[in-house]
Parts: sequence; C-alpha cells; structure tokens
Amino acid sequence: MSIAAGNTGPVNAQIAAGTPNEFLTFTLGEEEYGVDILKVQEIRGYDTVTRIPDAPDFIKGVINLRGTIVPVVDMRLKFKLGSAEYNEFTVMIILNIAKRVVGMVVDGVSDVMQLTAEQIRPAPEFGSVVNTRYITGLGALDQRMLILVDIEKLMSGADMALMDSHSQALQ
Amino acid sequence: MNLDLERFHKTFFEESFENLDLAEAALLRLDVAVFDAETINTIFRAAHSIKGGAATFGFSAVAEFTHHAETLLDLMRSGKRQLAQPDIDLLLRAVDTLHGLLGAARDGSAANLAQVAEVQQALEAALSRPSVVPPAATIAAAPAASGWRIRFAPKPDLFRSGNDPLRIFRALAALGELRAEPVPQPLPGLSAADPETCYLAWTLELDGAATLAEVADCFAWVEDECDLAIEPRQPAVAEGMPPPTGVNVVALPVATVRAADTVPKTAEVASSIRVGTEKIDALINLVGELVITQAMLTQLAEALDPVQNEKLLNGLSQLDRNTRMLQEAVMATRMLPMEAVFSRFPRLVHDLASKLGKQVRLVTVGEQTELDKSVIEKISDPLNHLVRNSLDHGLENSESRVAAGKDAVGTITLKAAHQGGHIVIEVGDDGRGLDAARILAKAREKGVPCGETMSEAEIYQLIFAPGFSTAEQVTDVSGRGVGMDVVKRNIQALGGSVELASRPGRGATVTIRLPLTLAILDGMSVGVGEEIFILPLSSVIESLQPLPDQVKRVADAGTVVRVRNEYLPLVDLRDWFSLPGARRPPQESIVVIVEAEGRKVALQIDELVGQQQVVIKSLEANYRRVRGVSGATILGDGRVSLILDVAAVVRLFSQSIAA
Repeated sequence: MSIAAGNTGPVNAQIAAGTPNEFLTFTLGEEEYGVDILKVQEIRGYDTVTRIPDAPDFIKGVINLRGTIVPVVDMRLKFKLGSAEYNEFTVMIILNIAKRVVGMVVDGVSDVMQLTAEQIRPAPEFGSVVNTRYITGLGALDQRMLILVDIEKLMSGADMALMDSHSQALQ
Repeated sequence: MNLDLERFHKTFFEESFENLDLAEAALLRLDVAVFDAETINTIFRAAHSIKGGAATFGFSAVAEFTHHAETLLDLMRSGKRQLAQPDIDLLLRAVDTLHGLLGAARDGSAANLAQVAEVQQALEAALSRPSVVPPAATIAAAPAASGWRIRFAPKPDLFRSGNDPLRIFRALAALGELRAEPVPQPLPGLSAADPETCYLAWTLELDGAATLAEVADCFAWVEDECDLAIEPRQPAVAEGMPPPTGVNVVALPVATVRAADTVPKTAEVASSIRVGTEKIDALINLVGELVITQAMLTQLAEALDPVQNEKLLNGLSQLDRNTRMLQEAVMATRMLPMEAVFSRFPRLVHDLASKLGKQVRLVTVGEQTELDKSVIEKISDPLNHLVRNSLDHGLENSESRVAAGKDAVGTITLKAAHQGGHIVIEVGDDGRGLDAARILAKAREKGVPCGETMSEAEIYQLIFAPGFSTAEQVTDVSGRGVGMDVVKRNIQALGGSVELASRPGRGATVTIRLPLTLAILDGMSVGVGEEIFILPLSSVIESLQPLPDQVKRVADAGTVVRVRNEYLPLVDLRDWFSLPGARRPPQESIVVIVEAEGRKVALQIDELVGQQQVVIKSLEANYRRVRGVSGATILGDGRVSLILDVAAVVRLFSQSIAA
C-alpha cells in the first residue's frame, strides 16, 4: 500500500505535540478503530431511544443519560456496514467532544491500547470507510491494525448532522 | 497602608455603580421648577459615597472629579444655588464621565482623560458663575405643615405580638387626613397563606399639621417589628406650571416603592444579600432533579394499594406539595422586577429626544412585574431597539403634532403585565402609526416575499424581514434595517412572540409575549403511536373527539376541523413527527385545540395521557434545534419526551389555510 509522503506532516506534528496515545478500540464492520481515550466518557448498552423527527436514519434519537439529553448516532447505519441489530449485546460509546455529549453505537468495544510513536503510521490516502480527513494515523500492534480516528472532527462534520452549521463554523 | 483593602474593591465598585444609577435616575426626576430636597439629597449622598470610597481606596482621579460634582450638589441642596436645566445636564454628563472613570479604575484600563478634563472644567466654570439666591417663595420650607409620607413594612410576625396595623392607621387618621396604599409585592396564594403572618406593606400619606413625634408615637409599639420610614412631604406642584422648553421627560412612578428609594432606608438594605447567579442556577438545577425524582415516585406509587399504603401515599402527596412550593420559591429567587430593564429608558429617551429635537415623555406601567433574570438580560436590547424606533420613526416633531391636533409632547409607553403563563411587554407610542401601504411598497421593492392579499397584521409583520426599512435616511439611531429582524429572532429565541398593532395617525404598539419561566413547564402529556409528547398546558384550549361531519378536507391544503363556528387546520402529529404506524381518521382519534400567537390549530393525537409539571431539558445543548420541538423532558419512567413547539406548528399551518 503506497503511503503518500504528504500525510506524514500532520501525524508527526501531533506526535511532536504530545499526542495522546491511549486509544479505546472498537469494531465497526470489518475493521478496528481507535479513538482518543480522553474523549470517551463511558460505555453503555443500548436502551430506549426517543426518536427525533426530521433526523437522518443514522441518528437514532436521544437518550436520557442521568438527566442529560444525549443524541445517539448508529455508526453502522451511517457507514452502511452490515446489519444493525439492537439487542442486549449492542454497545454504545458515550463521547465528550466539543463541549457536547454524544453517543455512538458500534459493533463491539475491545480494549484500551497504548501506542508508542513508532507504532503509529501515517494514514493512507484511500481505502477506508471513514473519510481520510478524519483519520489521524494507523496503529500497528501485533497483527492488529487500528484506524485511529479524530472522533471530534468526525462528529462535528456536516454530514453527521449533529450540529447546526453555526456551531460547525466555530469548530 | 496595607494592601488588604483590595478585597473590598469589588464591593466598592458594585456600590458605586449602583449609586451612579441612583443619581442618574434622580437627576432625570428633577424638575427645575420644584425644589425637591429629597431627590437632590439622594444625588448628593450618592456622590459623597463615591468620593469617600474612592479616596479611601486611593482612586484619586475618581475622588477629585467627584469632589467638583459634590460641591455643586451641596450648593444646590442647601438652597444656595437655584436649580437650572444646564446644571442638571452637566451633572448627567458628569455621571457618564464617572461611569467611565470607575470602569477604568476597576478594569485597570486607561480612562478617557480628555472627557474627564472637559467635564471637570465645565463643572468648575459652573461653580464660578455667580450663584443666584432664589427668592424664598419658590423653596418650600421644611414642610411641617404639609404632612408626612410613611413607609411601613411590618415584619411577618407582627400579628403574633398582638399588633394590628389597622389600629395604627386609625391612630394616624386621628392626626390628619390619611391615605394608605398597599405596596405591590408578591403574595402567597390563598392555600399557602398563613393567617397569622403579615404579608403586606403600605405607603401612607398623612396630611395635616402633625409633628414627627406624634406620627412616630403611633408606631411606638411596633418599632422593632417593622421597617419604618417617615419623611416630610413636599407641597404639590402648583397648577399651570408651563413645561420647560426643549425636552421634558417625566417617569411617572406607578409603583410606590422603587429600588431607587431603598438606599437611604437603612432598614431595607440590611434585609438583602448578594448571591452569585451560579449558586442560584445550581439550586434551580437541583430542584429540577428533585421534581423529576418526585414525579417518578408518584408514578411508582400509583401501582400501590391505597388502603395498605395509606401512610406512604399521604407522605408522597405531602412531598408533592412541598416540592411544588420549594420549586416556586426557588424560581422566584431569580425573578427580578421589570424595573431593572425599564430603569435605563428615562435616560435613553431624554438623550435621544433632545438629539432629535422632539418633545417626548416616557410612561412606564407595571415595573414591579417580575421576570426571570436571564430573560431580563436578553430582553433589554430588543426593547432598546423598539424604543429607539418609536422615537425616531414613530413620533413626529412638535410642529407636526400640534398641526395634527395632538399634544406637542409625544408619549412613549412601556408596559409590563402577567397574562396566564406569560409576561406581556408593550412598547407603544402616540405617533404617526404604521403606514401599511408604504410598508407593502417597500417590501415589494426590497424583494421581500409577500402574498397577494395580506391582512394588515401580516403586512406589519413584514417589518421583521431582514433588510427591511422604510426610513428615508439611515441615521445612526435607526434605519439601517438590521434591527427588527434581530429583535424578532432574539424574542423567538426566548420562546416568545412579537406582534404589531397600529392606528394610522394615532400611534403604534409592539407587543412582546414571553414565557414566565424558562425551566419548568406545566404540560399535558399525549400519546402518539409509541411516543409521548408534551404540550404546554398554557397553549391548550380544549380537547375533543370530532364527529365525522366536523371534519372536512380542503382541496390541496389539508384537513380542517369545525369547532363551533371556526374551521381550524388539523395537524396529524403522526405526520408531523414522521412516526410509523397507520393513520387513523380524526373522528377515531382525539383532537386537541391549541393556541399560539393568537391563532388556533387542531392537533390529532392518539390518547390523552395526563398532566404534569415537567423540567425542560435542552435538546440543543448536545444536539441541534429541531423544527417543531422546543425542548425535551424526562418522564417519571426515565424516558425522554419531546415538548412540542406550539408556536412553530401554528405558524406553519395557519398560514397555509387562509380564511
């Protein structure tokens, strides 16, 4: 897989700036992803979700998280990966990003991994379900390849339809 | 000098700014024709306090500047200098300058030295002009002969010591002619009122020749159990006094107890305490959570056998009452009287009117009407804009007014009142009114979308379109056309609405409706499909199951329901919220009639679930604004329920079905 030289810039800058290198790993479809552990608030099961009118199908609705109304995105629907079932094994990651609390449903959550700078490679130009804009790098550990995602940027993007264009402009 | 004084700085600045506000309000109240010792004293004391504090804390620039103003005021209050409008205007400028100086001292920034020097020189110049000793006739002597004004606020336990205000009033009435007026203040509801607690306070006016000792004597028994202030009254202003030429601004005091009067009354100052808003907000959040928990308990208790669990159920219903009272009390802590907003307008009107060369008087009604603090902060700017508009465009200058047979002095009225679950604020003027034809023409010219046939009310609403302005010239006061749409948006962001009414040649009135509380809502829960929605109870008029012949289809526009003699558009909430499930015909469902902004709509739902108080949770904090939804709440069983934005539904649907 060819890796464009241009992509080393941002990754190196991040590592140099003291990249957080603890990642929560989760599976979505065929691939494993990693998000900055500091952005993860908690992990929950999937409970009753109240639908929101006029929302895209991947925004399932909102839940009551100990008194706060939190929107829930089903990443499996968003990226059109396989079937989205909701049972006792369905898992949701509650994220704390851009001063908001947002939940995302994934296929499964694995473990927290620490990655050193050498274990993080620059992101490929293509080949992933998630737009490369949001990928900060590839983590390689043993046989596993983790796609490291800038979850804040991903969730704030316009196509996620989670935020008003006004707040997006502030990102 | 030890540096420990720094922690007192904050208090000094807060109090100084308050004193400046007092001084400004008092200056505007002054009428040069009447020597009002009390008001002049108020201004003098304000200046004196500021000077003293500034000197103590080493703010020498402030102290020195204030000294000049204080000297001028001292001459005025002792009668050695006659009141003159130029002096009052100069003092107003001094207040502005002091504002700047204090702000600079507080923030550590540079003061506007040029302005300070200019005003200081003007003050010195005024002082050096020969003072005129006014003829004795125009000053009222210490009015032992004209009576007393007594402010009497008994403490709540007054009755328990066997005292009765009525007996005191009768004793006073024996000394002269007595008029008593209760002070408007919040009273508990009948069910919560304790008959042995005194909730009222009075302002009494006693005419006659009684001495201070005689009046004080009547209150001898209750001296320690009330807040009492006895002041001499001024004789009434002589009739036929011509209004001073130029600008005449009079704020008619409708409420007899004004915040401005509380500073000299030491008894009332001691009974208040400053609390940071974060503490109050935290308190309100906690009470909100309490309400949710209590609702959950009540719901769980419904499944219990009433006979076996009598004590528990009684306890729960007591808890319900206590929670409700706690909630009301806590919400009330954030409520401030509209006065906080209205108080800046006398100055604004004064300055603006003199700038535009018009004669204007400002009348305020209902300043004691209370409103949540956050709403007050956000309503200031829109009101500001509306008043400026009235002054600039609505009111004509004196010649035109007289030519039209109107009073040369125009009137702007600011009114606030409670109406149901809302507060209604009106900004009215008796100017030339709105010209519907001109508005329509301008709208067409600017490309603002307007229908073929529009009612007058709809034409007036065009004013709120962005970019609209019928002003011939853009002044720096108004006319740039960016104001009114911002006003409307700000008001809608508060969950309110704004309407215009006008009579050509007679004036215009803008009416703003705002919900009283932002956080808690009396709601009616309704079921649609699998979901439960909340309708604000204040918007619900009635619910019914329509008969087949009440339901009619209108070609291309939808369905209407005939209720008595009105045809109301029917909105199927299943459609509105895109919920799954089969559509039921209206005659097999329940229809709830709701009203917002003066228009009604019929909502089709599946079932009426109940009525409860809900805590409004923001949807936009973590998500975004959803059309037709004004917020969300958490039901007793932990589910999230959406609150319907009735105004949005009404707006969308009552337009599509024109009469």
